[in-house]
Amino acid sequence: MLVNLRRLFRYRGLIQTLVARELKARYRGSVLGFFWSFANPLLLLLVYTFVFSVILPGFRGGDLEPYALFLFCGLLPWTWFSSALLESSNVLIANGNLIKKVMFPAEILPIVSVLSNMFHFFFAIPVLTLFLLFYGLNGQLPGTINFTELIWLPVVVMVQFLLTLGFGLILAALTVHFRDLKDLLGNLLTLWFFATPIIYPMSMLPSGGKFLMDLNPMAHLAISYQEILFYDGPFGHWKWLIVLAILAVGLTLLGYALFDRLRDSFAEEV
Amino acid sequence: MKPAIELKDVSKVYRRYAYRRQFSTLKSALLRGSLASDFSPEETFSAVDKVSFQVTKGSAFGIVGRNGSGKSTMLKLIAGITKPTAGFLSVQGRISALIELGAGFHPEISGRENVFINGVMLGLTKREISRRFDEIVEFAELEDFIDAPVKTYSSGMYMRLGFAVAVHVDPDVLLVDEVLAVGDEGFSLKCIDKFSEYKRRGKTIVLVTHGLGMVERFCDEALWLDGGALRGIGDPRRVVHEYVNEIGKTEERVLALGDQKAQEAVGSTVSEDIEKNQERGENMVPREEPKDMFRAAEGRWGPGPVKIVKVLLEGDDGRRHVFQSGDRFVVRMRINSPEEVKDFVFGVSIFNSEGVCCYGTNTFIEEMQSTSLSGDGEVLFSIDRLDLVEGTYKLDVATHNRDGFQYDYHRLLYTFRVKSRTKDTGIYRPGHSWSFTPNIKFDSSKRS
Repeated sequence: MLVNLRRLFRYRGLIQTLVARELKARYRGSVLGFFWSFANPLLLLLVYTFVFSVILPGFRGGDLEPYALFLFCGLLPWTWFSSALLESSNVLIANGNLIKKVMFPAEILPIVSVLSNMFHFFFAIPVLTLFLLFYGLNGQLPGTINFTELIWLPVVVMVQFLLTLGFGLILAALTVHFRDLKDLLGNLLTLWFFATPIIYPMSMLPSGGKFLMDLNPMAHLAISYQEILFYDGPFGHWKWLIVLAILAVGLTLLGYALFDRLRDSFAEEV
Repeated sequence: MKPAIELKDVSKVYRRYAYRRQFSTLKSALLRGSLASDFSPEETFSAVDKVSFQVTKGSAFGIVGRNGSGKSTMLKLIAGITKPTAGFLSVQGRISALIELGAGFHPEISGRENVFINGVMLGLTKREISRRFDEIVEFAELEDFIDAPVKTYSSGMYMRLGFAVAVHVDPDVLLVDEVLAVGDEGFSLKCIDKFSEYKRRGKTIVLVTHGLGMVERFCDEALWLDGGALRGIGDPRRVVHEYVNEIGKTEERVLALGDQKAQEAVGSTVSEDIEKNQERGENMVPREEPKDMFRAAEGRWGPGPVKIVKVLLEGDDGRRHVFQSGDRFVVRMRINSPEEVKDFVFGVSIFNSEGVCCYGTNTFIEEMQSTSLSGDGEVLFSIDRLDLVEGTYKLDVATHNRDGFQYDYHRLLYTFRVKSRTKDTGIYRPGHSWSFTPNIKFDSSKRS
C-alpha cells in the first residue's frame, strides 16, 4: 500500500492534468461556459431561498437572518460532498476503457472526482464572499466577521476533503462489483442531506435528534462552516472538528486499503 | 543480459459468469451473507495457461493465434493492466501499450490538450510532451486540426493521434495490438518505419497481429498461442508456417461443411449411392434452367441421362479444399449414365469470389470428339500448377451435348481456397521472376 501511495505521488502531474481537463470539459460548448461555475451555486441558492422563504416560511428558525447566507454556508460544502460521491461511484465504470487498456493507477479517478468538485466549491467562494460583503455593508450580518475564525476554514476544507475521499474510494471500488450502489446512493444522499443541519439550524432539533446528529460527520462540517462564516463569536466547534479529522484520516486509509485490495478485479469487472 | 520480458508458467484465469452470479447483487449478497464467497470464482476458464517465454532486449517478438487464443490477454499481462493468476512475470523498463489507441481522449477538448493529457497518462512529463509536441502532430498529420475538439475528428484522425502519442512516449518495451490497420497505406508504412527505428535503437517490441507477413518480415521471434497455451515458439517463418497449416486444416473442415450444405440444398449428390441419387436428380428436372449460366446463383440443373454423381477436389495427397498457389489441382468427377450416350461434353469453370470467371474450358472446345459413354466412370481434370492469387474460388462442373443441351450442370457447388505467401493482386499469377543490374540492390536476408 505504501508503495502504491508513493507511486500515486509520482502521478500527481496526471491528477493535476485530469482535474484541469474535468474543469475545462464540463462547461465546454455551453454559452455561458465557465461562468456556470458561479451561476450554478447562485441558482441553487435562489431555489432554496424561494422554497424556504415563500413556500415554507415557517420551517426555519427565527434567528436565521439573512437566511440565504445561512443556507449558502451549508449548501456549498454539501454540493461538493454529494456530487463527488455520485461521481466517484460511477467513475471506474465510466472510464472502463482506461482501466482496461492503459496502465493506470485507478485510484486517480476517484481522487480526480473529489478534487474537481472541490474546485467547483472553491469557485463558488467568491459568490459567497459577495454575499458576505453585501450583507455586511447593509449591516445585516448577525455578527462581525472574525478573521481569527477564518484561519479554521482551510482546516475544515481539509477535513472534508479527506472524508469525501475516504467515502469516494470505498464507493468507487464497491460499485464495480455491486452496480446497485449507484442507484441506492442517490436516495441515500437525499436522506443524508435532510439529516444534516443545512436548511435548518442545529438548535431546532430536539435533544434526542441531537445525539443522532453527533454521529453524522457532515453535520459537524456544516456546523463548522456556519460557525465560521455565519455566526458571531469564537469558533466553538473545534473539538469536534479535531475528532472528525482523525476519523477522516482513518476513513481515507481504510478506503484506500479496500480500493487497493480490490484493484486487480477492476480490469475484469468494469 | 537480462531479458526484457520474462514469463514463467504464467496463467490467467477468468471467472465465467454463472447463472446464479448474475442475479447476485449487493442486496442478495448481504442477505445471504455470501459477500466473501461471491468474490471467489465459481466457474473459471484459463485465458492464458502456463505460458513461459523470454523476449531478449532489442528484439521484435510476434504473437500469432486465432481469435480468442489469449493474445490480447497476454499483452495485458505484459503491460501490467491485469495481473497473472499464477506464475512469474517481469518486464524491464518503461512500457507503452498500443492496445487501444486514444483511450482516455476526452471528446470535448482539443487535440492539443488531449495530447498532453494522454502523454501524461502514458508516463511522460509535461516538459517532455512540449518538446515532442510538434513531432507528434506532424506524425499524426493533424497540423490543421490540432486545436479542434477531438469529437470532430474522423475515426482515422483519432487513431492517428492516439498512435502518434503512444509511439512518442519512447518506451523501452512497446506492446502493439493489431493497430497497424490504422489509417491509410501511407500511414501504415510510417508506423512500420517507426517500429524499425525502435528496433534499431535497441528497444523491444511485442506485436500481436493477424498480419502474418508482418510477423515473418519484421519479427525476430514468434509465438503461437492456441486456446491460451503455447503451441510453438521460435523462428517466425517456421512458427507462422505451422500456424498457417493448422488454420488450413480448420478451413478445410469449414469449406467441406459449406459445400456439403450447398449441395444438399440443391439436392445434389453427397452420397455415393448412385441409384438413390438418380431418383433425386430426376426430381429436380422441373426446375427451369437459367438463361445465362454464368450469372446464375448456385444450383443444379439437367435431366440426364449423363449425371455427375460426385465431385472431389484433390491435391497431391488426396482430398482437400485448401491449396497453396502453385499446387497441383485435380477435379475428380464420378459420372454415371444408365444408357449409352454418343454426344457428350465435359466442362469445368473456376470463378473467384466476385463471380468473375477465371478460367473455363470443356472437352468440345479442346476438340475432343466424343464417341461413347455408358455406366459408371470417372473424369479427371488436372491443373499442374494452380497459379491463382490468394482467395476463395468456386467451381462449375457440367456435362452437356455439343449443342449446349445440359445433361447435368452443377453451378458453384464446390468451393476451394487458394493461399499464398505473397499478397499479389489480380486473378492469375503467371510464372515470373525479377532480375536487376548489379547497381540495384535489395536486402536479400528477409525475402522468402
